Amino acid sequence: MTSGAAAYSASELLAVMSARLLRDGQTVFAGVGIPLLAATLAQRLHGPGLTILFEGGTIGAFVEPGKLPPSTNEQRCTRRANMVLGSTDVLLLLQRGYVDVGFMGGAQIDQYGNLNSSSIGGGNGRPATRLPGTGGGNDIASLTQMIVAMKHEKRRFVERVDFVTSPGFLKGGDSRREAGLVAGGMYRVVTDLGLFGFEESSKRMTLLALHPGATVAQVQENTSFAVAVAADLSVTEPPTENELAVLRHLDPDRLYTA
Amino acid sequence: MTIAYSELLGRTRERDRSLREKVTSLEAAAALVADGASVGIGGSTLSRTPLAMIWALIRAGRRDLHCVRSISSSEGELLFAAGASRHLLTSWFSLGIVWGVSRIMRAYVESGRARFEEWSHLAIGMRFRAGAMGVPFLPMRSMLGSDVIAQLPDTRVIDCPFTGDKLVLVPALNPDVALIHVQRCDAFGNAQIDGLPFMDLDLALAANRVILTTERIVSNDQIRRWPDHTKIPFFAVDAVVEVPFGAAPHECYGLYEPLFRHLDGYAAQLKPDAEAGIRDYLERYFYGPKSWAEYLELLGLEDLLDAARRGASIYDD
Repeated sequence: MTSGAAAYSASELLAVMSARLLRDGQTVFAGVGIPLLAATLAQRLHGPGLTILFEGGTIGAFVEPGKLPPSTNEQRCTRRANMVLGSTDVLLLLQRGYVDVGFMGGAQIDQYGNLNSSSIGGGNGRPATRLPGTGGGNDIASLTQMIVAMKHEKRRFVERVDFVTSPGFLKGGDSRREAGLVAGGMYRVVTDLGLFGFEESSKRMTLLALHPGATVAQVQENTSFAVAVAADLSVTEPPTENELAVLRHLDPDRLYTA
Repeated sequence: MTIAYSELLGRTRERDRSLREKVTSLEAAAALVADGASVGIGGSTLSRTPLAMIWALIRAGRRDLHCVRSISSSEGELLFAAGASRHLLTSWFSLGIVWGVSRIMRAYVESGRARFEEWSHLAIGMRFRAGAMGVPFLPMRSMLGSDVIAQLPDTRVIDCPFTGDKLVLVPALNPDVALIHVQRCDAFGNAQIDGLPFMDLDLALAANRVILTTERIVSNDQIRRWPDHTKIPFFAVDAVVEVPFGAAPHECYGLYEPLFRHLDGYAAQLKPDAEAGIRDYLERYFYGPKSWAEYLELLGLEDLLDAARRGASIYDD
């Protein structure tokens, strides 16, 4: 993908666009991969006071450039952290309400923001394709406001996920609250084509902004459900040279942004 | 694994919890784990995995272990492939994000040869905590409305008797035995853990027997110098085995990071044909070596030293 002088990959676009959603002073609970990278990028660009939590038990991480962890449970996650604690206790901070935003990826998402990272086809008992599972994903999505970053592909953006691993707005409307999930919910979905929110009453995914060069038709073509488009649809600013330079400094081996 | 309170107390009373030295060998410790036992595995993903103990259990030919771990990685693949376990309760199961979805997990679960029982990460933590507290369940607020809970008959959704809130009740886990790897402990089993403790404190207190492997056995005097670093009390521990690099090729906080080159090689070996690849791996690294020292020789001094240098670097400014 090319825009002006800056060329960038789809994953780099995801990382930059989602980093922009995080604000200085927030407490963010980040999953491994693009979320960890984007949160670290946000710290370096505009959020030195962004507190990053990992489910391995870290509070206030500053992951070092070129030393990205293979999961959120290794010692490199604790670099310059304020505190380490047990994984149960760090997850309980979500339940207690200390986390402003949860941030993760997913294999499959539906129009109500439900995420599947468990299985494709056939249920969890004997699935056609077994995926790695929830980890803390279900806990994060159940208990706090969520940002999701994922590649925009038709097979990933489905009308109904095969398996609700991490709840979005379930069946839409008030169904999330009725299920007993009284806090949080989907806030934004960032893809390589655009930025999405959720309509206030129906809770359906809505296109808020297109990334430079992307079109509504292209979004629809890569989505299995009918895409709602915001009345004030905007276009995002392309990644700047500086954003890309800092990102590549953080992940020089393209571990997460291949 | 949820047992009656009277049985839990009975099993605790039966253990010799006196202040006694418990140092033993990997082989003798493996004999404390019976076929079919429920086994709580400490650490998480690639961190403080009790790999030497798992190595010993696989070599001893254990079968049908019902394993539980917060998050599982290559040790879960090896337990399945060696036939030591056909049931793993965990929240996430693959080698690590950079290596993609586990081919062994997929092959065993999709063919029905083994079960991956999926609970949320917090749910597993609350189950160990309930087990450690001596209560039959704990309430929590996640998993509601999801298909994760829909697959778990061993949960209840209730209306809170005080507030009316919907809550999920998850049952206590009191595994027959916990395997936990630590940086140091004394001969009695007072264990100090550096860095991320994961669920190991709850797991140790929940289990009906605890086997500690440790990088180093230190004197009781040294433990008493920093009692605030002691995370597991001796009376919860049944066996202590000194195993340097006991989590390799996974990491042990402050001492060594994962042996990335080895893990890359392991993943590459499993790529063309996962089941043949892991059989060869088990043959070479698990059944072949005569001792843990020989296993470490196979991992190689260069990789071990590199991992140790990276491990110690967490304390650099």
